[in-house]
Amino acid sequence: MLIFEHSSPGRKGAPQAPAEKASLTAIPEKLLRRQSAALPEVSELQAVRHYTRLSQKNFSIDTQFYPLGSCTMKYNPRACNTLAMLPGFLNLHPLTPDLQSQGFLVCMYELQSMLCEATGMADFSLAPMAGAQGEFAGVAMIKAYHSSRGDTERREILVPDAAHGTNPATAVMCGFQVTEIPTLDNGDVDIVALEQAVGPQTAGLMLTNPSTLGVFERNIETIAKIVHQAGGLLYYDGANLNAILGKIRPGDMGFDVIHSNLHKTFSTPHGGGGPGSGAVGVAGRLKPFLPLPMVTKEDNGNYRYLTAQDCPQSIGRLSAFMGNPGVLLRAYVYMRLLGREGMVRVAEYATLNANYMMAEAKRRGFTLAIDDRRASHEFIITLKNEAHEYHVSAMDFAKRLLDLGYHAPTTYFPLLVPECLLIEPTETEAREALDGFLDALEQIRHEAETSPELLHAAPQTLPVKRLDEVRAAKQLDLAYNS
Amino acid sequence: MSEIPSELKYTTSHEWVRVEDDGLVTVGISDHAQELLGDLVFVELPEIEAVFNAGDECCVVESVKAASDVYVPITGEIVEVNESLLDEPETINTAPYDSGWLFRIKPSEDDFEETEEYEELLDAEAYQAEIGE
Repeated sequence: MLIFEHSSPGRKGAPQAPAEKASLTAIPEKLLRRQSAALPEVSELQAVRHYTRLSQKNFSIDTQFYPLGSCTMKYNPRACNTLAMLPGFLNLHPLTPDLQSQGFLVCMYELQSMLCEATGMADFSLAPMAGAQGEFAGVAMIKAYHSSRGDTERREILVPDAAHGTNPATAVMCGFQVTEIPTLDNGDVDIVALEQAVGPQTAGLMLTNPSTLGVFERNIETIAKIVHQAGGLLYYDGANLNAILGKIRPGDMGFDVIHSNLHKTFSTPHGGGGPGSGAVGVAGRLKPFLPLPMVTKEDNGNYRYLTAQDCPQSIGRLSAFMGNPGVLLRAYVYMRLLGREGMVRVAEYATLNANYMMAEAKRRGFTLAIDDRRASHEFIITLKNEAHEYHVSAMDFAKRLLDLGYHAPTTYFPLLVPECLLIEPTETEAREALDGFLDALEQIRHEAETSPELLHAAPQTLPVKRLDEVRAAKQLDLAYNS
Repeated sequence: MSEIPSELKYTTSHEWVRVEDDGLVTVGISDHAQELLGDLVFVELPEIEAVFNAGDECCVVESVKAASDVYVPITGEIVEVNESLLDEPETINTAPYDSGWLFRIKPSEDDFEETEEYEELLDAEAYQAEIGE
């Protein structure tokens, strides 16, 4: 039910409604509203109840285990929220002169530096407001780099077939053609195919490491060499940075550009579309092209924003101001809370939890997509045998998990694995939660055998039942009509 | 287990190929492919008169799970497309080898059945082995 449906003409939330009409003489008469805005007319209590009820319908990391693979839905420490919401940050106007924003600018400068240190890159820009914008900025820099050298024939970006769909989409948005590189059954990139694909047309390769198959790319040094020798650049999709944080660095693997989803690895609240942060880092030769604004420290110890005068080769701005400052501040506090040692623990416990779950899943008779390798921070179960024997799909499993109080893992991704669940427990879950989820999977498999209708009809316990995905895709109806 | 008619040829990218009496070649996606994709919701067909080499991407089928490219199995010119799929893409799910066909090609080579690209197409048995069923 929408708040508009609670509306009753003339009802007011008394404390919010000024009794007298304010006289704003500065606004020209012709711009003044003649009719009231069509806002819902409800009491304050109705509004409070409506939004409290909505929040109680949420499936979230605060209420449920949320093993959504490739999304790193870890716990967001409350301390990060508290500190990012200090009045000095909350009330800072984005046009405040630099000299009066030193506190905020120090945080941004240090966040840039910590990201450089954690990833092994030479410099970082915090401007991109989401992962997709970070990717766009990264590939735009690859393009700017080649054109600055007069190297205009490099029109192709290579993308392994295990990649997130955003990678080829980004390359196309930046005007490149995409060539797909196959992946071997063991999860590594097909080096022979890569060698055949590179050439004077290669602008770069976009790689996620560990890959979406949940394994580390063992030949990364060879891959870097092949791409670099062909004159291309290496792009690191930071989606799975959580698995290697504090252990090894993309910069040391030979990557030239990376985007890091601060909302994943650095634990800012996400889900439901944002706000996010896709900070981009680069190796030395790409520094001039980083998007603005960035923060620099001057010799006199003051901090200030870099402008287009300072960075004439920058790919420019991606938004009016400094990315999503609230997200950046939360990531900053999170990194300061962890410190260098804490970051190592993030990767260690994230991979330990994933490998524990993977071993347990196998012991309980589930089929792993890649059976003979250690998992990174996530792993894949394929339910193709269950689908074959009991005529239930991975989607049915996922929907039934919701009934049992678990957020579903990622389904049907990566596309290379049939009937798959991509499971990422993250480092913040206790063993009891991991075991509980595996118990639920086992229970569902038993139900698939004995009462498959439970799976087909799931979810039954949620406010919204099984959605008609075909109709949702074919008959888009996004506007509310009262 | 999916249906693999023995009179058709197949590609490793899951298209099926039928040589018609008039010398045209009809192409669709296999039963196995539609099973993997799940419920089809959109089909983007190639342009008529467009010319493709074998292996080129020529159109897209999209399901509730994924969008997938369809590749041209035989070098030639598109002479007919199955426009009914634009309104009813689900026909591919219900009749992948019949009313769910995608397009017809006029092969560039008159004796295309002698060419290497035709030789490389899989028969039903080889396709079955390929998909591991």
